[in-house]
Amino acid sequence: MRELSLHILDVVENGITAGAGRIEIRVEESRPADRLSIAVRDNGRGMPPEKAGNPEDPFITSRTTRRVGLGLSLLAAAARRCEGDLSVAAAPGRGTEVRAHFRHSHIDRAPLGDMAGTLSMLILGNPHIDFVYAHTVDGEELTLDTRELIDGGADLRDPGTLRQLERWIRDTLERMHRPPGASGTEESTHAETDD
Amino acid sequence: MPKLTIDDLKRIKEETTKATAVRHGGEVRVKITVHMGTCGIAAGARDVMKSLMEEMAEADRQDIRVVTSGCMGMCSSEPNITVEVLDSEPIVYQHMDANRMRQVFRRHALQGEVQTDFALAKL
Repeated sequence: MRELSLHILDVVENGITAGAGRIEIRVEESRPADRLSIAVRDNGRGMPPEKAGNPEDPFITSRTTRRVGLGLSLLAAAARRCEGDLSVAAAPGRGTEVRAHFRHSHIDRAPLGDMAGTLSMLILGNPHIDFVYAHTVDGEELTLDTRELIDGGADLRDPGTLRQLERWIRDTLERMHRPPGASGTEESTHAETDD
Repeated sequence: MPKLTIDDLKRIKEETTKATAVRHGGEVRVKITVHMGTCGIAAGARDVMKSLMEEMAEADRQDIRVVTSGCMGMCSSEPNITVEVLDSEPIVYQHMDANRMRQVFRRHALQGEVQTDFALAKL
């Protein structure tokens, strides 16, 4: 997969298939520590120990439509490629937590990609599931809780509202990733002087 | 610390085009399933879904539901979607992309014309 956000979409879909009602997605980026961590926790039915202990084995799967399960093994490969690792904590009946770590600046680290798209698609396709999303960039945090928004009166089944939500996430993440002190106009000035 | 609140959502909504009425359940006439297994996601299912969301926002139809599901076992034809119009056979479409999704939505979901060029099977 070309983007880490697609891996996240995939791992979350695993949780949904496992019958989860609530899924937490945490992304932590620290450029000073040169680290990027992803954690996805669900309250689904969990996994038997033999699966949780071998997340990188693509030939362990509970599915019946085909005999390979590629999702976690692909994420594990993406993490190992850039001096990172993957771990799975799960127990039958008590949900699953998947954690992946990456070296932020590693040349082989896939870009995070379209996190806003991943989230809005998850919310659109799974209106009965509560999603919590927290994303930290160098200490600054963005948080979102769909249960809170719905209780406050938001209609998250409405595609128009989701489109706005997606835009808000994209703009906020973009701002959080900007180098300290830089604003949009300053960046364009720099581009001109560089030429 | 940015936290998305209900006020943000209301504000950004007001800033844009038309306000959409709150939905009240209602009858579902068309169900569109986007298959989001590892295979589908790797093949581009998220972009298909995104294009579907844009079309839904434009059409503003309350009797169309979008759901996601896992792998159907036909990984080589992903991204797959299934369109079920009330009282007709479900149709599976294969090798979808954003443009094909737009066409299937406008012609099949809205007007009931099955797009046989993209169809994989009748279920």
